[in-house]
Amino acid sequence: MNDMRFVERQVTTTTEIKFAARNVNVFYGDAQAIHDVSVDIEDKTVTAFIGPSGCGKSTFLRCLNRMNDTIPICRVEGDIRLDGEDIYDRRVDPVQLRARVGMVFQKPNPFPKSIYDNVAYGPRIHGLAASKAELDEIVERALRRGALWDEVKDRLDAPGTGLSGGQQQRLCIARAVATEPEVLLMDEPCSALDPIATAQVEELIDELRERYSVVIVTHSMQQAARVSQKTAFFHLGHLVEFGETGQIFTNPEDPRTESYITGRIG
Amino acid sequence: MPVAGLHPRAGKRGANMTTILAVLVLLAALAAFVLGRQRAVQLAGSTPSALHSRPAYHGAFGLLVVLLSGWGALILVASISAWHVEQALMDQIARAAPGTEIIERQLILSDARALAAGRVASSTDELRQQVAARYASLVTIWGWVQMGVVLGVTALAFGWSLRRIALDWRARNRTEAIVKAILAVTAAVAVLTTIGIVLSLIFETVSFFGNIGWRVDKFLFGTTWSPLSGISAGRIDPDKVGVVPLFAGTLMVTFIAMAVAVPIGLFAAIYLSDFAGPRARAVAKPMLELLAGIPTVVYGFFAAITVAPLLRDGGGALGLSIASESALVAGLVMGVMIIPFISSLSDDVINAVPQALRDGSYALGATRAETVTKVVLPAALPGIVSAGLLGFSRAVGETMIVVMAAGQGANLTANPLEAVTTVTVQIVMLITGDTEATIAAGPAFSLGFTLFVITLLMNVAAQKLVARYREIYD
Repeated sequence: MNDMRFVERQVTTTTEIKFAARNVNVFYGDAQAIHDVSVDIEDKTVTAFIGPSGCGKSTFLRCLNRMNDTIPICRVEGDIRLDGEDIYDRRVDPVQLRARVGMVFQKPNPFPKSIYDNVAYGPRIHGLAASKAELDEIVERALRRGALWDEVKDRLDAPGTGLSGGQQQRLCIARAVATEPEVLLMDEPCSALDPIATAQVEELIDELRERYSVVIVTHSMQQAARVSQKTAFFHLGHLVEFGETGQIFTNPEDPRTESYITGRIG
Repeated sequence: MPVAGLHPRAGKRGANMTTILAVLVLLAALAAFVLGRQRAVQLAGSTPSALHSRPAYHGAFGLLVVLLSGWGALILVASISAWHVEQALMDQIARAAPGTEIIERQLILSDARALAAGRVASSTDELRQQVAARYASLVTIWGWVQMGVVLGVTALAFGWSLRRIALDWRARNRTEAIVKAILAVTAAVAVLTTIGIVLSLIFETVSFFGNIGWRVDKFLFGTTWSPLSGISAGRIDPDKVGVVPLFAGTLMVTFIAMAVAVPIGLFAAIYLSDFAGPRARAVAKPMLELLAGIPTVVYGFFAAITVAPLLRDGGGALGLSIASESALVAGLVMGVMIIPFISSLSDDVINAVPQALRDGSYALGATRAETVTKVVLPAALPGIVSAGLLGFSRAVGETMIVVMAAGQGANLTANPLEAVTTVTVQIVMLITGDTEATIAAGPAFSLGFTLFVITLLMNVAAQKLVARYREIYD
């Protein structure tokens, strides 16, 4: 497998900015986890966050759909705009925000319900389907986008927890896309998967790019190189470097980026 | 005054002797541990890996062997001596006073013991003093025998366990086998007790059914409960042992209690686990659990003295006539008693639902309420049902509250404002009443057995139900 495909890859960059973050600081109690991060995330692009453990990349990701709100001691400062709208504005309801910004977690977390009910969960609570037929259609479309439909179409009533690890993760992706989000956040989505399942999920991410803005946190630099067009390197809570993936991996500007990519730090 | 030639306080000295011996065995066992370990270390020399078992196991083996054989000998000799002394003295009394009743002989014996121990006896005569003297001498002899046997056995065990120590002596396996046996015995005690209780319930129930001519149908479906009304004639009337009013009362009180406890307990648990902040939780959870620490007798008089008049007056103002003893009062207070059981257990199972499931739900744009009702509660359902079942069992078996607040008369009614009686109340009245316990035990045991069967069936049914609807997460 040629992990350095990006060299030949045609990078299509739209100029449309989905997320604009400016001077973001995040604190857990007194400890500061994110220092003054500013980044623009483009639409219909896969943006990878890389960096050593504890560098704040997951924390920053969770700021984008306000999942940090569920942690009582977490405090976010600065300005994050989704389509120009401040998502930390008091008028913004995090519940509505999360319907627009979907998330897939590190460990597959299907609900202990049937495969169908897992995918239908979001559409049901947001009232996206007027009828059972419409809901069936949404579920099928989401499962197809999650590249899972052919494997599960005959057992939609089987529990989602009975699937294999890779299938569970694709079910979680299908569950996230079923609510038609605009952005999909993925927090190390392949770290619990074997190489085959990882390849399937990566292929899926590349397809998802056609419709969504995807932000992926990963520990695997090969993965970042394979799936992303933009890469952000985080180190000790700082955004060290952000740019074209090819640029970051072949000709990084910052010596810390180079050391990390070549395996000297991290 | 102690009689000359008697050892003063012989009985007490015997008891003291036993304690001293037990402590001596314990000390020997500890010494066996220390010496055994030391010896193993010496044997191993500079290569500890030469030992099959680590030194601590050699020590532990000695400790267990000495302790078990020493205390075993102590208990054995003590029981044999107690039996022998009793037999010898009863024989002596029987020879000296042939015409006496058993009960009188036992009185003489206990007086003699009191005399020997230097306590005050009910009366002192020559026979009693003779017996006391014989008692004291027997106790002294047995004391020496006991000391000899116990010390001998302990010394043997001590020497044997030390001598067994060698490089390839499998002390670890032996120690583990002994520990395993001890664990198995303790488990067996619990199991055997349960079996024993169930067997005695069944046995007594069968003999009671025999007394009513096997009219089990009258027992299960009769509506009149007054089992002791014909007892002076020496028989139990099958027409008066109908348990329907009792179970109707029990179920009514239980139903009211569950109607109070399940919603309040469950909602409190949901609030504590998913809505309350850490500070509210730190205060509220211990407070709720404190409710579980209140003795039921306190709830009982709280119900009878505070709640009942309150309800009666309140009901009077609304034009309802509420009896001062009623199913409603007992049920309400019992419900309050059960709240902490339901809330505490439900809180635990709700907390055990992984945070990842909640995160998954929040990330899809679900609100807290949606997350709780659609993800958390279904996942926690089996535990919540178990909590409800535990509450139900508590309610059915609860006694003090209903004794004080529900009433005693077997009154078949569907009106919760009237007095009812429950199975447990009737058992209390049967056993503590004037009728001799052996006669009253029949109906009491049958009631207990029926209650046990009903609770068991409820448990089985609920578990089947849960198995069908549970959502398994891991």
